[in-house]
Amino acid sequence: MSLVLDNIGLRAGATTIIDGMSLTLRRGVMNVLLGPTLAGKTTMMRLMAGLDQPTAGRLLLDGKDVTGLPVRKRSVAMVYQQFVNYPSLTVFENIASPLRVARLPTAEIESRVRHAASLLRLEPLLQRMPAQLSGGQQQRTAIARALVKRADLVLLDEPLANLDYKLREELREQLPPIFAETNAILVYATTEPTEALLLGGETATVWQGRVTQHGPTSRVYRQPANLAAARVFSDPPLNELAVDKRGAEVITAAGRRLPSSGVLANLPDGHYTVGFRCDDAALTRESASAPGFAGVVAVTELSGTESFVHVDVGIGTWVCLVRGVHDWQPGAAAEVSVDMHRAFAFDPAGNLAASPAMAQTA
Amino acid sequence: MMDKPWNNKAWFFILPVLVLVLFSSVLPVMTVVNYSLQDSMGVNNFFWNGDAWFRDLLDPGTEIGARFADALLRTFAFSFAALAVEIPLGIAIALCLPRRGWAVGISLVITALPMLIPWNVVGTMWQIFARQDIGLFGAALTGIGLPYNVTQDSVSAWVTIVVIDVWHWTPLVILLSYAGLRAIPDAYYQAARIDGASRWAVFVNIELPKLQKVLVIAVLLRFMQTFMIYTEPVVVTGGGPGSATTFLSIDLVKIAIGQVDVGSAAAMSLVYYIIILTACWIFFTVMTQLERRGDS
Repeated sequence: MSLVLDNIGLRAGATTIIDGMSLTLRRGVMNVLLGPTLAGKTTMMRLMAGLDQPTAGRLLLDGKDVTGLPVRKRSVAMVYQQFVNYPSLTVFENIASPLRVARLPTAEIESRVRHAASLLRLEPLLQRMPAQLSGGQQQRTAIARALVKRADLVLLDEPLANLDYKLREELREQLPPIFAETNAILVYATTEPTEALLLGGETATVWQGRVTQHGPTSRVYRQPANLAAARVFSDPPLNELAVDKRGAEVITAAGRRLPSSGVLANLPDGHYTVGFRCDDAALTRESASAPGFAGVVAVTELSGTESFVHVDVGIGTWVCLVRGVHDWQPGAAAEVSVDMHRAFAFDPAGNLAASPAMAQTA
Repeated sequence: MMDKPWNNKAWFFILPVLVLVLFSSVLPVMTVVNYSLQDSMGVNNFFWNGDAWFRDLLDPGTEIGARFADALLRTFAFSFAALAVEIPLGIAIALCLPRRGWAVGISLVITALPMLIPWNVVGTMWQIFARQDIGLFGAALTGIGLPYNVTQDSVSAWVTIVVIDVWHWTPLVILLSYAGLRAIPDAYYQAARIDGASRWAVFVNIELPKLQKVLVIAVLLRFMQTFMIYTEPVVVTGGGPGSATTFLSIDLVKIAIGQVDVGSAAAMSLVYYIIILTACWIFFTVMTQLERRGDS
């Protein structure tokens, strides 16, 4: 029971928008598409829905070939980043609209709408017009409309992006259980790695029209298969260090020699990119004993319990996580020490060469 | 200066504007008010006449009152006819225009062309166009056996004036509607497609409600302009045949300049002005109320 994208491609003239994409999306789990803006998430969803047709490949729904089937012959529901409701219809009629098109009996429509409204706490608002609702209520109406349809495929395209922080957290918590009972294939697109982690389920990282990795969310986070997936799944951005490994030492792009430790220890000689997230980069005022990188503070972002300090280390800018609120002024000298045991090493083709998880299993 | 919460010196800055408005609007209007309350026996010899001009004008029993009532009815009928054609036609054409690609610029320019032609040029064009002997439109209609004659037949004259206005000003409605349609996010159409909604349902439930704001403006502008129509009927029909196309503005000019009946004309101008103001206010209130009930 699944939606299978079999080598799907989409080109417009000479430009390739989606390139040979294969992906299996299962029922009953939250399938997260994670990627930056313009990575191709919305295009993928349009192809899955049948709003656009792929120029190559096949689309299989529960084993049945649905490629080329127009959207009105499929069972699809979609929620968008913008709050899309029919402006001249009440909340009740908005939620009922797909059922009215399907010509369901009135009693059935009534009961389904009431049920969806109770799940999304819209009951007191059923007779209001969309313009009289807050943003969160408008989006809940749109979600209820997707819910009542009992579609096989439910596409949620950054549904929480336009909501404020509090509402977003609240609705994110409510969404998975609400849709779990529908047994639909759920696809959720987001640009935020944190959101993917909070939703759990399975994540496909999308980068430039390709799926770079697909698997259980926490595994994709802990063991990115390639540099593109690691970059997409890191917020703040992944810190990178290009090295040339020669025997027991590694040489950085700036010509510094360091002992080859941590993930690099057991790798053959050659060029690698070491990637590490902000929580694996420690920051000190003066040079510590660990192999450190001297730099200058560029920016400090405070998030209440944590400070993200951007440090220019000469070969790039790295982001370091410091617990608590710290007063790192721009221009201050700082020393970054990298925990090489928790870093990832990628080969020149961008594929994962070594990771902490691989070291554990070895 | 900063210790006071307000500063009356700011009034000096708006003084030039007040002077300008005084000379451009207030004084001319007050002159008309002045005329409407007095009678004149020629060269600057005025005496007080009270509200007599207004009483005559608003009483259909008098000659001027009957004339005014007729012209008013005619003008309302004309505005209604023109709006009834232009608004639906404008929306329909806007829906048919291309939304992307090279054709957008070309079709918009072609659509807008009639609006760029001055009123009396439009009138002259149509006067020739509608002639039975050499005009393409007139000769063609006569050729297929229709009883068409602008100067003799009042139905022909009416149809011609309405068609001219439709030709000249539907482009405004098209452009406004087109802009309104373009402002609807694509997600709405997508959502409708996923719902399986029909083309008609998309129009009624998405496009029309989203167009409401621009339609308020279109209706207001077109009402004001059609209610003030002057040039085209003067050039094409001269207000005739008889008084079939003598609208308020034409009657006003006839009374003021033709008959030099300044008092009646001034009273008529003021009533005319108040009617337009009131009608616009009613339109605006009704349509913004509708809007508040519907869309944001």
